[in-house]
Amino acid sequence: MSEVLDRGVTEVELKVVGTRPIRPDGTEKVTGAAMFGADFSMPGMLVGKIKRSPHAHARIVSIDTRRARAVPGVKAVVTAADFPDLASEEYEGGESASNLRDLSLNCMARAKALYDGHAVAAVAAVSAAAAAEAIDLIEIEYEVLPHVIDVEEAMAHDAPVLHAHLFTEGLETRPLSPSNIAQKNELARGDLPAGFAAADVVMEHRYTTAAVHQGYIEPHACVASFAPDGQCQVWSSSQGQFMVRTYCAKVLDLEASNIRVTPAEIGGGFGGKTTVYLEPVALALSRQAGAPVKMVMSREDVFRATGPTSGAVIEIKLGATREGEITAADVVLKYQAGAFPGSPVGAGSMTALACYDIANFRITGYDVVTNSPKVAAYRAPGAPIAAFAVESAVDEMALELGMDPIVLRERNAVKDGVKAAYGPTYRNIGYLETLEAIRDHPHYAAPLGPNQGRGVAVGFWFNVGGESTAAVHINEDGTAVVVTGNPDIGGSRASMAMMAAEVLGLPIEKVRPIVADTASIGFSMLTGGSRTTFATGMAVTQAAQKIVAELRRRAAQIWNVDPEKAEWRNGAAVCLDPAKPEIEPLSLAALAGRSARTGGPITAEVSLTAQGAGPGFGAHICDVEVDPETGHVTILRYTAAQDVGRAIHPAYVEGQIQGGVAQGIGWALNEEYVFDRLGRMENAGFLDYRVPVASDLPMIEPIIVEVANPRHPFGAKGVGEVPIVPPLAAVANAVRRAIGVRMTDLPLSPPKIRAVIDAR
Amino acid sequence: MKRRHVSAIVNGDPVEFLTWPGSTLLDALRDELLLTGSKEGCSSGDCGACSVIVDGRLVCSCLMLAAEAEGRRIETIEGMAEDGALHPLQRKFLEHAALQCGFCTPGLLVAAKALLEANPEPTESEARYWLAGNLCRCTGYDKVIRAVMDAAAEMRQARRL
Amino acid sequence: MPRVVAVGSAARAFTLGAAEIDVEASTVGAMIKTLDTLFPGFGEHIERRMAIAIDGEIHQDASGAPLRPDTEVYLFPRIGGG
Repeated sequence: MSEVLDRGVTEVELKVVGTRPIRPDGTEKVTGAAMFGADFSMPGMLVGKIKRSPHAHARIVSIDTRRARAVPGVKAVVTAADFPDLASEEYEGGESASNLRDLSLNCMARAKALYDGHAVAAVAAVSAAAAAEAIDLIEIEYEVLPHVIDVEEAMAHDAPVLHAHLFTEGLETRPLSPSNIAQKNELARGDLPAGFAAADVVMEHRYTTAAVHQGYIEPHACVASFAPDGQCQVWSSSQGQFMVRTYCAKVLDLEASNIRVTPAEIGGGFGGKTTVYLEPVALALSRQAGAPVKMVMSREDVFRATGPTSGAVIEIKLGATREGEITAADVVLKYQAGAFPGSPVGAGSMTALACYDIANFRITGYDVVTNSPKVAAYRAPGAPIAAFAVESAVDEMALELGMDPIVLRERNAVKDGVKAAYGPTYRNIGYLETLEAIRDHPHYAAPLGPNQGRGVAVGFWFNVGGESTAAVHINEDGTAVVVTGNPDIGGSRASMAMMAAEVLGLPIEKVRPIVADTASIGFSMLTGGSRTTFATGMAVTQAAQKIVAELRRRAAQIWNVDPEKAEWRNGAAVCLDPAKPEIEPLSLAALAGRSARTGGPITAEVSLTAQGAGPGFGAHICDVEVDPETGHVTILRYTAAQDVGRAIHPAYVEGQIQGGVAQGIGWALNEEYVFDRLGRMENAGFLDYRVPVASDLPMIEPIIVEVANPRHPFGAKGVGEVPIVPPLAAVANAVRRAIGVRMTDLPLSPPKIRAVIDAR
Repeated sequence: MKRRHVSAIVNGDPVEFLTWPGSTLLDALRDELLLTGSKEGCSSGDCGACSVIVDGRLVCSCLMLAAEAEGRRIETIEGMAEDGALHPLQRKFLEHAALQCGFCTPGLLVAAKALLEANPEPTESEARYWLAGNLCRCTGYDKVIRAVMDAAAEMRQARRL
Repeated sequence: MPRVVAVGSAARAFTLGAAEIDVEASTVGAMIKTLDTLFPGFGEHIERRMAIAIDGEIHQDASGAPLRPDTEVYLFPRIGGG
């Protein structure tokens, strides 16, 4: 169990929030009864399969589906011709603006295949065998084009251009020719040359990272049914059923009210399921076939055709005085976007220096398209990459200055009242507290042996708020149901029930949470951005508070006293009127039983746009041992402190921290997309795309720091994304100290480490 | 091509199903027997989400042909709880919050059950290496290992009584 | 008068390089309208691509939020999570 360091003041004694009840969906998960995307079936269901481009970049000259359609059992064949040709349009469907045309083209290529694995056609048939046969019989003539994947090669003026209409945005003068650089962005403050002039030590580094995948164990899966009257049903493993509805509606030109999306249990997302790949295609197939269609991706398809995050190049110049004041920073970020614009370089730019109070900086970001799968969000998108470079450079600076790496960070730390590098002034942040937590932890003082090293790194994520709806219904026996629209990817539904139980004064067992479909609850923004406990929790709490207000009103009515004389305590209405001392409390069950005669059903729904999400900070310590013979890096010990505001369910907060750390370690040591010279992914499977396994990791110790966010009813801040931000540099800094050489190219796989050791 | 008839014992019950020669045991469990607790994560035996026990041996059901199940005794996640009572491993996973999305959980539980049948007193390292064939992307394995060690201790204790 | 700080070069392209602008307005919604009048197209850019922080707090839906004479409003690129 982790340490919980409470840096806030709790006025009220909480009974449920902060405890560790068994999650309400736990039994179905441990017995195999929970229904994930591929577990659902509908009568008459067909199997849908996608034909994918074998070329990284090619013009689609012609597609002939006649032989495919003639295969017995084939009921539908679709290509881009079966989808509306959308004009380029920005739309808010996920969390940030998506270009709908790009989204549609990514689901089904039109005119050009832009990466190996790009969907070019799809079939629906009565069996997987018939579908596979039909896929093989679709004849496609390609004109293969030169491709480019490396980000700097894609930026070169003579690079093969992916999109003839893409002109770099953000330059002083609009360029004359198209390019693969979709956008250039700059954030700046102060006087950079003066800042470097004031520095005693200036260092310049170049860091590189490879594309990595979110690696959720459950492949994308959906079942879609397009009825003859135009009403659609979709069952989908997704982070947002409303997002799925919006995108399907837009891509197929349908009305939202005609699409009902039910969220399946989701086997991991991490941002990779905040978009659609299969659902619009499955609906198009179903429409043509007149039957429901099930589509499940293979693992290979997941790697080849769903967004990894960017590979990147980061150049950083850092200046500091001998006393350890960082006076200037100049950072250039070049991020792969994959086949369509939209890498997270913007967020990378805004988070890069977010932990540092630096007066003079410039951060330049390039969003670059490449012939690789369109990049999708991956847990704190953009931030780990930038943090890898910044935290490595700061660590190198600490070594150069002969300063403890925690002390150097403390000396330049942001705190309340400081303007963030991305603009707003920080309030109620717990960054210094996380540094203090790791500095004072026994891990930091533990001795190290030969070939071992210790690395420190910090990280930041904004955490978002956004639109959420929640309903609380009181049942006739005084139990409650909490309804939200947020898929549960990490245990959030337990936290929703806990917050409602706390407000209602009920034991947790009497409050059941469900995640509803798009027709059964008001709009909710998807699960992601570390927003659910904050924003949906806020809606749940407010709905429960409305119920309590209503219960007090009814009790007062029953007792014939003023409403202010009825107070809610421990799940019952208590009469405070001194003139009526004989009145006994009325429990929730008692009031619920009389609902018909006191105003009708007791229910409340709250829709809100949650403002004031509190950003999160983390500080990590990592110990490694490097085997000089094999170059293998063993993680010996890992401690991660994070300010979470308030841990609603501490076990799931710990889980988020541990999971994010594990992904960061994989990113640092082993994970990468390997492409052959034809631009095809060579390691599209879990054997060679090496994610951490149980024997790779030690226990991961989380330290929960609580600096309350006053804007959330229980003080919560988002948790899920911060943990993946520090580990890349925490591991790299540990390796630096173990082998005495700065590694700047991720992943730090054994051959690279061996090469460095040999050259030492 | 005709489908083949297979008879086997699944979770203690005799079953029969039809299968294509090329279909896997995982396909048969999920599509023919509607036991969707075993999951498909990779189809190449690398993730362990499809783990089942065949004649007492831990196996990736995606690597076994359905036809090979003829006459065999197969245990899946659906058979782990007995008469409505959760297996100690299942209970400990819940107590320790050793699952987040829950997708890898059936495979991990079956593999852990096989571990404790082979080695009732594993060290942390032995547990980690045995479970290295079960990928989890959510938990970082910390609480999973704690749950397994705790269940092992409880099961040893129960045996002594 | 409330001050608006536009963060990032994408926004500055609209404001012709100006990073800080004083805008006479009593609500955020009115402020955005004024900015759009001063810099045509900026209003839509703000609505679609930017987040707003009022006195340090990030808002997703700020149009009704009141502005005091000393309020500081930051406009910066909207981000998405994972």
